[in-house]
Amino acid sequence: MFQVRIHGRGGQGVVTGAEMLSIAAFLEGRHAQAFPSFGSERTGAPVVAFCRIADKEIRLREPVMQPDALIIQDATLLNQIDVFSGLDPEGYVVLNTHRSFEEMGLGELATRFRPERLITVPATELSLKHVGRNAPNVPMLGAFAAASGMISLDSVAAAIREKFSGKVAEGNIAAATEAYNAAKAVMEAAHAQAM
Amino acid sequence: MLKQCEGSHAVAEAVGLCRPEVICAYPISPQTHIVEGLGEMVKAGDITDCEYINVESEFAAMSVAIGSSATGARTYTATASQGLLFMVEAVYNASGLGLPIVMTVANRALGAPINIWNDHSDSMSQRDCGWIQIFAENNQEAADLHIQAFKLAEELSLPVMVCMDGFILTHAYERVDIPTQEQVDQFLPPYSPRQVLDPANPVSIGAMVGPEAFTEVRYLAHAKQMQALELIPKIAREFKDIFGRDSGGLVRPYMLEDADTVVVALGSVLGTIKDTVDEMRADGISIGVLGINSFRPFPVSAIRRALSHAKRIIVLEKSFAVGIGGIVATDVRMAMDGLDQRIYTVVAGLGGRNITRSSLHRVFRMAMHDQLEALHFMDLEWNIVNKELDRERTTRRSGPIAENILRDLGQTKSNVG
Repeated sequence: MFQVRIHGRGGQGVVTGAEMLSIAAFLEGRHAQAFPSFGSERTGAPVVAFCRIADKEIRLREPVMQPDALIIQDATLLNQIDVFSGLDPEGYVVLNTHRSFEEMGLGELATRFRPERLITVPATELSLKHVGRNAPNVPMLGAFAAASGMISLDSVAAAIREKFSGKVAEGNIAAATEAYNAAKAVMEAAHAQAM
Repeated sequence: MLKQCEGSHAVAEAVGLCRPEVICAYPISPQTHIVEGLGEMVKAGDITDCEYINVESEFAAMSVAIGSSATGARTYTATASQGLLFMVEAVYNASGLGLPIVMTVANRALGAPINIWNDHSDSMSQRDCGWIQIFAENNQEAADLHIQAFKLAEELSLPVMVCMDGFILTHAYERVDIPTQEQVDQFLPPYSPRQVLDPANPVSIGAMVGPEAFTEVRYLAHAKQMQALELIPKIAREFKDIFGRDSGGLVRPYMLEDADTVVVALGSVLGTIKDTVDEMRADGISIGVLGINSFRPFPVSAIRRALSHAKRIIVLEKSFAVGIGGIVATDVRMAMDGLDQRIYTVVAGLGGRNITRSSLHRVFRMAMHDQLEALHFMDLEWNIVNKELDRERTTRRSGPIAENILRDLGQTKSNVG
């Protein structure tokens, strides 16, 4: 079972992001479960949502406490809560920022986790560019697909079309695609450097 | 068709396939997405020959449901928590009159203090109201049970409450096989009422009954629920014949045959319990699970049969009767009367507190070593409880308990997330 925890703030589509991730995994024939950490959602308040992906029925209902991947939609949360809590040493991190982990003062993460699995992506800029509003959830999924290989970009696009239609869907697909390609480019550059 | 969707959406689709004629509901978390979804489906014409009635309260919702059901219309509503409490007088009337209304209860805690999260306090408060109460373990079953509920309700002429865990199921996206209209039509015949308010053939429904007949009327309500003990498994078999899967029934055993310790529970927590039991089985521990699907009627014989070989029984419940303890456990005790078994009550998951595998492991192991008290509150923070008890001992005007505790926790309001 692969477990994802998504951190963000109310209004950034955290819950929708987890739901779309579950749809993308479902479309690839897998079992998936998405659910929010329930509460009185308010704009700007920290929000957490979860997604589990497995090859058999998922019965577990506890929150994800040892994630295999973290999707952090809002970098300001890093000063507020321990978003890395419980992350598997082999885990993936996708962080929404136009800066690098070093520039964010998170260089030490590379000593605790596998550096090639730590990805930053300017998801807010990409959503503003393609969708016209701050909705980083979809480009984050594009970057997650690139980083983890758990789902394909095509499945992300299909999940977007289940949730949105028309121009909003197309804009989100463009944002996810650019995020996917950007993440792939960063990973290939890191790989070339390591060679 | 297999779909990845929210539990509420799956239930709305299942209810729509049952061809309801009247849907009346007042929105309340965590039920809202179900009735919103049905409202959209009626408006879009996906559900035909159905009147969707916006009512001004839950009391009105159940009152309208009683009226429409009495005229012979297949009637659906949904509620939760305080909404269920607000409609209670009408809830008792619906069952007393024998009207086959189907209602979803998206289980949620009861205030005060106000709490919007999941537990079973709401539907448990209505355990004696005369409605059939069935519990869903996952969203597939939640959808399936609604289809079964209409058949059960209408065959018996009794209302049915389908209980599904609020948020944990209603707001979870998972895989659900949504049946076809043809399958549902094959399974669920048009409603043929036993009693109907019809101007062409006027009758009274709900007249006053004095001591000369009240006991007999009430006994017949009990007799109908006893008939449900036969009918629920029969409907589950018919369901399997058409839809090809196991859903519903009275009880559901898991790894039970040779188990010394058996955990009994209702609803979605069964999933987490089964995963925990798998891990304990891998360690060679003799443990199993019995899920109770039908809480009212309470399947005394089926439970006694399933649990008679167990050395100890742990009843894990998301509600409790203040002043005595377990609600489900009390009924289980009655079913096991005269047998030499330890029966433990574990109260867990109140007001949305997470039920984790690690806590379940600890509690189950304590029970196996007979180190668990008869009534155990899982993950209770004793230091917080004791601090408030100290405050009350030393200060007359000790203040409101809930706010005191939140202040002790360093919070001014309930934490989200």
